[in-house]
Amino acid sequence: MTLVDTRTPDPKKFIKGATGDWEMVLGLEVHAQVTSESKLFSSSSTEFGQPPNNNVSFVDAAMPGMLPVINEECVRQAVRTGLGLKAKINKRSIFDRKNYFYPDQPPGYQISQYLDPIVGEGKVLLDMGEDGEVEIGVERLHLETDAGKLMHDQHPNMSFVDLNRAGVALMEIVSKPDLRSSDEAKAYISKLRTILRYLGTCDGNMEQGSMRADINVSVRRPGGEFGTRCEIKNVNSVRFAGQAIEYEARRQIDILEDGGEIDQETRLFDPKTGETRSMRSKEDAQDYRYFPEPDLLPLEFDDAFIEELAKDLPELPDEKRARFIKEFGLTAYDANVLVADRDSAAFYEAVAEGRDGKLAANWVINELFGRLNKEDLAVTASPVSAEQLGGIVDLISKGDISGKIAKDLFEIVWTEGGDPAQLVEERGMKQVTDTGAIEKIVDEIVAANPDQVAKAQENPKLMGWFVGQVMKASQGKANPQAVNKILKDKLGL
Amino acid sequence: MTTDLTRLSLAETAKGLKAKDFTSKEVTASYLYAIEKAEALNAYVAVTSDQALDMAAQSDEKLQKGEGGALEGVPLGIKDLFATKGVHTQAASHILDGFKPEYESTVTQNLWNDGAVMLGKLNMDEFAMGSSNETSYYGPVINPWRAEGSNADLVPGGSSGGSASAVAGWLCAGATATDTGGSIRQPAAFTGTVGIKPTYGRASRWGTVAFASSLDQAGPIARTVEDAAIMTTSICGFDPKDSTSVDMAVPDFAAAVERGVKGLTIGVPKEYRMDGMPAEIEKLWQEGLAWLKAEGATIKDISLPHTKYALPAYYIVAPAEASSNLARYDGVKYGLRVPGKDITEMYELTRAEGFGREVQRRVMIGTYVLSAGYYDAYYVQAQKVRTLIKRDFENVFNDGVDAILTPATPSAAFGVADQEMKSDPIKMYLNDIFTVTVNMAGLPGIAVPAGKDGQGLPLGLQLIGKPFDEETLFAAARVIEKSHGLDFTPNKWW
Repeated sequence: MTLVDTRTPDPKKFIKGATGDWEMVLGLEVHAQVTSESKLFSSSSTEFGQPPNNNVSFVDAAMPGMLPVINEECVRQAVRTGLGLKAKINKRSIFDRKNYFYPDQPPGYQISQYLDPIVGEGKVLLDMGEDGEVEIGVERLHLETDAGKLMHDQHPNMSFVDLNRAGVALMEIVSKPDLRSSDEAKAYISKLRTILRYLGTCDGNMEQGSMRADINVSVRRPGGEFGTRCEIKNVNSVRFAGQAIEYEARRQIDILEDGGEIDQETRLFDPKTGETRSMRSKEDAQDYRYFPEPDLLPLEFDDAFIEELAKDLPELPDEKRARFIKEFGLTAYDANVLVADRDSAAFYEAVAEGRDGKLAANWVINELFGRLNKEDLAVTASPVSAEQLGGIVDLISKGDISGKIAKDLFEIVWTEGGDPAQLVEERGMKQVTDTGAIEKIVDEIVAANPDQVAKAQENPKLMGWFVGQVMKASQGKANPQAVNKILKDKLGL
Repeated sequence: MTTDLTRLSLAETAKGLKAKDFTSKEVTASYLYAIEKAEALNAYVAVTSDQALDMAAQSDEKLQKGEGGALEGVPLGIKDLFATKGVHTQAASHILDGFKPEYESTVTQNLWNDGAVMLGKLNMDEFAMGSSNETSYYGPVINPWRAEGSNADLVPGGSSGGSASAVAGWLCAGATATDTGGSIRQPAAFTGTVGIKPTYGRASRWGTVAFASSLDQAGPIARTVEDAAIMTTSICGFDPKDSTSVDMAVPDFAAAVERGVKGLTIGVPKEYRMDGMPAEIEKLWQEGLAWLKAEGATIKDISLPHTKYALPAYYIVAPAEASSNLARYDGVKYGLRVPGKDITEMYELTRAEGFGREVQRRVMIGTYVLSAGYYDAYYVQAQKVRTLIKRDFENVFNDGVDAILTPATPSAAFGVADQEMKSDPIKMYLNDIFTVTVNMAGLPGIAVPAGKDGQGLPLGLQLIGKPFDEETLFAAARVIEKSHGLDFTPNKWW
């Protein structure tokens, strides 16, 4: 892979050092577990949370004479992902063996793709707010097997091994060294996760290990030659990725400014200390003795196979975002918030359909998401359905209820459920727009408070007091615009 | 019972069983008795008497009712490389001590589906690595043949030495074997038996302990060409569990045996005429050509220019794949474990004790040729050679050649513990000189007895065919079998 600098140095991203400015250069290798019923080369289940060694076949345990057979669904998932990353799909790819001894790897090799991956160059677009849109290049995506898990706490002087995960399909998605800040790296991981979830090719659950990132970090003088990189292995949250990068970049700058050199090495991030520490140096790097897996033929498919998958691809976040802005008149910010999650976008669209898109966005983002976050609920578990929220938006649009009443109504629907329109009727929450009724209230209040009338006529700002009184008397149901208008007339303001 | 049932060919046995001339229990008992008396040959590493008699009883029930498959009731020996459920499966290696799989290899399952009876597991070179069957953890197999006037033990060839010795010594009606560089054809030639390596992809590799995945292929060793054809039909077939298995109908190979060679063109590759080749091998070759010609074949001189690179390239590709295939024998999951102070020491001690010297040598070679900095110079280069060898064959087949005739081995069987072979592994590797090209190109190849050397030891000829054209090989081999006029029955000394 030849390294090409695709970015113009941006002073806002520079890191101040004692000897001047520095710029970080980042490249990510994201390992994403493929969503599939069975493993990449065996029929064992991939179900999470099973008792140890429950999901193990003779192939996974590397019994003598066992052979791998490719799971076609995993191939389809990889191609779907490639299409989602606007990447080149390689109709011929080759599996290789990556040889190393470790008890979590029963055959003594991982089956991976080395020189000929299934997916080639693609891209991921990041919306970096005021910094605008940034395109991050994807170098490649390949399929490979996951390893098992060692358990060191089961026996005083032995380690046990759980092979449930051994052989599960992973996609390794390798970025180009196009990222220049921890914020961009975090945005990249989040965006990738969003795309994978939209595609249904990876559940993106980082806490369960379904997605993890190896982060290559180097620093350089702005726009200068690429520096020596260190690879931080197995970072399993977006937040940790940010912390690890910030720490590592600063560590490298300190070394360079003290006249030292960076050792190319593999490092681990410790979330407890927020630091990275050396795992192994380049000299200790293993020789994996890659060679083409002789138990498998080259993986080949035709254009029709790709077209079939392309045809059924869902609308992806970038396209959805553009459509939301165009169709519903949303701000870029609101559109970003809504498309970040496929379920949220679907919920919003159900609310906005045939209604005021902006009003719907306000209610989905501010009221609903706010409340869901507070209660730690997913949008799919929302007690208020899209239909109910749409009903509330309808009542506001028609002028049947004020924004304030709508909030009360939302609370009732959240806790008690029910049809919003019916609730408004039954509980008499409907806004009073009948000017005669409002006039009557205004007349009563004006008559009862001559002193206040005089004061208000001297200082029109004091009209607010009358508004408050009218609203109170109408139990908040009087239409505020109508109240204002009538008061102005009656008070001669 | 006047006839010794073990002296019948496989075809005769199957026919006799169907005709109810004798029962499977009788044949099976005869073989079990013969095995018991033949410990000197050391052909078996495990004899499954009870299971054999059970299977025979089941076959007899079917045969009584006039039912049963093509091999119903026929007792076979199985090379220890094939996984047999609940039965000794150790590739004749110490490292698989006590291993009894929970699964049955596709090849053996196919045989049982056709009604065959398993007598036991046959000795072999450890992990199928060897050309003399002396690398087995269970000791060397002895060839039933001896040089005239000599009592010296000879090797049966390898790696399927147990299979060849058992078939030649009447210890089974036929045997399964495997061939990675000549491991079926060389021992067949050394023991006066017939051995065929089918086209790569014909027989499933699922459940067969892997040596070199891109070269390994199962096949039979049998007493006659017809027997070999019957077994090949049973063994072969598409298996979705082996991605390199080919989805292609398997013909009834036995039906092709008497087809003759009239109108066929037989190629004679000049590169197989090695410097210093013994006169008797050259004579044998010429005789073979004459027999084929007499039956109506046209003989054509051909060139396979990359032949000389085949053996060195083979000894890169095969060990490379083996070094990776054998990584799973690490003491963690099954077989031998020699404890150590940590995981690395456990690996080292287990593999040092569990693997014999030849296996260690090949694992070392394989690891070396795949290492960073050497990979391009060795492995990549060897794969290029492989492509060229394949192309050599394609060219001659495209030029109208139907099959190629060559010697099977550079000599007859040599002595056990031959000092020259022992001190120079390359000399041992040269035994495969005529056979490895076939594996490198994925072609079918058959070895058939054709003559004897000056000491009365069997010599074989090899026929190489087009991909998936085993039928022509059976037909041509049968012509040689009918023409030599010799008796390939060893004098029983054990």
